[in-house]
Amino acid sequence: MTQPTLRQRYWRANLLLLAALMSVWFLFSCVLSIFLVEPLNEFRLGGFPVGFWIAQQGSIYVFILLILIYALAMKRLDRKYNVHEEET
Amino acid sequence: MGILGWTWVIVGLTFGLYIGIAIYTRVRSTAGFYVAGQGIPAVFNGMATGADWMSAASFISMAGMISFVGYTGSMYLIGWTGGYVLLALLLAPYLRKFGKFTVPDFVGDRYYSNTARIVAIFCAVFVSFTYVAGQMRGVGIVFSRFLSVDINTGVLIGMALVFLYATLGGMKGITWTQVAQYCVLIVAYLIPAIAISYQMTGNPVPQLGFGSRILEGENAGLFLLEAIDQIHRDLGFPEYTAAFVGGKKGMMDVFAITVALMVGTAGLPHVIIRFYTVRSVRAARWSALWALVFIGILYTTAPAIATFARVNMIQTLHNQPYDQRPEWFRNWETTGLIQFQDRNNDGIIHYSGNSSSNELIVDQDIMVLANPEIARLPAWVVALVAAGGLAAALSTAAGLLLVISSSISHDLGKRILKPDMTERQELTYARIAAGLAIIVAGVFGIKPPGFVAQVVAFAFGLAASSFFPVIILGIFYKRATKEGAIAGMLTGILFTAGYIVYFNWLFLRFHGFEPTAEHWLFGISPEGIGTVGMLLNFAVTLGVSRFTPAPPLHVQQEVENLRYPMHTR
Repeated sequence: MTQPTLRQRYWRANLLLLAALMSVWFLFSCVLSIFLVEPLNEFRLGGFPVGFWIAQQGSIYVFILLILIYALAMKRLDRKYNVHEEET
Repeated sequence: MGILGWTWVIVGLTFGLYIGIAIYTRVRSTAGFYVAGQGIPAVFNGMATGADWMSAASFISMAGMISFVGYTGSMYLIGWTGGYVLLALLLAPYLRKFGKFTVPDFVGDRYYSNTARIVAIFCAVFVSFTYVAGQMRGVGIVFSRFLSVDINTGVLIGMALVFLYATLGGMKGITWTQVAQYCVLIVAYLIPAIAISYQMTGNPVPQLGFGSRILEGENAGLFLLEAIDQIHRDLGFPEYTAAFVGGKKGMMDVFAITVALMVGTAGLPHVIIRFYTVRSVRAARWSALWALVFIGILYTTAPAIATFARVNMIQTLHNQPYDQRPEWFRNWETTGLIQFQDRNNDGIIHYSGNSSSNELIVDQDIMVLANPEIARLPAWVVALVAAGGLAAALSTAAGLLLVISSSISHDLGKRILKPDMTERQELTYARIAAGLAIIVAGVFGIKPPGFVAQVVAFAFGLAASSFFPVIILGIFYKRATKEGAIAGMLTGILFTAGYIVYFNWLFLRFHGFEPTAEHWLFGISPEGIGTVGMLLNFAVTLGVSRFTPAPPLHVQQEVENLRYPMHTR
């Protein structure tokens, strides 16, 4: 079996990162906000029922955070595997 | 100066600004016309994407819809922001690396087939026209209420303005106009939200305000959301914060609609092309982040406005004598969007969740527009909201019209019918196509097909079921073939459109009554059926690809290249 090339390793790292981030995305967009919203609403966060807050506020903050992490992590991956764009 | 005076001044000033930008940024090349010369910095591209994206539906209708359905409205919030994660992670960087002008460009080249290109053109034009219809109705509502002109005149003024800056400046003009429009619309959205939040709860941050305690009135000291749940119970509505109780949508339907909106967001051609306009793959990633930040500011404010507006509206109208109704009620009555029917002839307004005793009919579209008047904010704030609504509608309409015009001049004209066309000819055709598209959009605005938001929701279902799977597979699955993509897109869009047409129009005619959840497939309403259409598209594309010859080597090589950012140009 041949060693994976640098590029193949880059792509694999990229897919792994995507899988991790997309899992968090699914957790907040569908699991906590929809499937588990009723049990979560039993708890309160100040004036908010928790499930309601995640559905109408929290998930949006998490989405922004996910894209931030993605942009930062990809910047590092691009450099590590030397596939980044030349600076202009 | 009254509301009318202020509205003319503020709308006039913002329109002047848009026209000024259009003249300053006019373009002479097709690259400038289609993708703004690929030189827009990430932050401004994010802002323009925000304006492009946030339509009349987001600005005018969304908070109103949430206001009436409470928790269930989360599907719009999650759907229209969660889609950006898909876009940023799975599509934007690769499409930027691909580096062409349009979505049919990608589909046609990746699937090495003009048939696939034509199917993509058809889907792009269909989705964009569905969506543009909603925008033009938004323009009409704002004009007729705030500038007391006829709805049709309003639509004509909007058409003339979009025509001017879209045909002159192309994508470059549109982008910089959208940056200005974002600023107008976000200021217009936030000022009343902050004022009302402070007024009701003493907390100026709306995102926190709707979780705070009410300062004054009969419910003083209660948490706002507790008070609204209480009011809903008293009037016979399902509780505001409750999720899947009777009278609200079921879990499966909310899930399907949320997914359809998320995937549809990522499949809308006018949003996707925004990522062709930046300098590099890296800029595409950051641009998606900025876009979601700018969109998130409005989207986290919307549910707060929804709650404030709901409480305010019920408190100022319920159990009040009709002949002492507030000024804003009189103003909006003339548009027919709010109506009082005195069923028991006592001259008092009774608002109720029970349709046989309810006397007040309120259209969701007026909640945001009337909100500053309900809270008795100064006239200039009301005028600003009108300008914001127009900015939201016009910026989205312009982005959509560009998709339609480039689909016709570039994808159909240059790539299929007349490949030897010069750049100048192509630019002329692009401008003519944009002009024709604006006229058709105007006709939609004058004869609007239904609610702004409903129509837009269907555009999402259609985008979700047509583009998203073939673009994702085009990037991540080298073995996806042209036969697979064509079959997949057709299956997805025909299934989704068929389901929507059947349940919205044909069902009533065949059976003589409106369909309910038990008639729907798995309890999924037509709004959410795009999710099933998308899954079918994935299945068909994958299945057919396995049994058809692999794509040519140069295509596989091109897909391989998409994965690595370097050598973007």
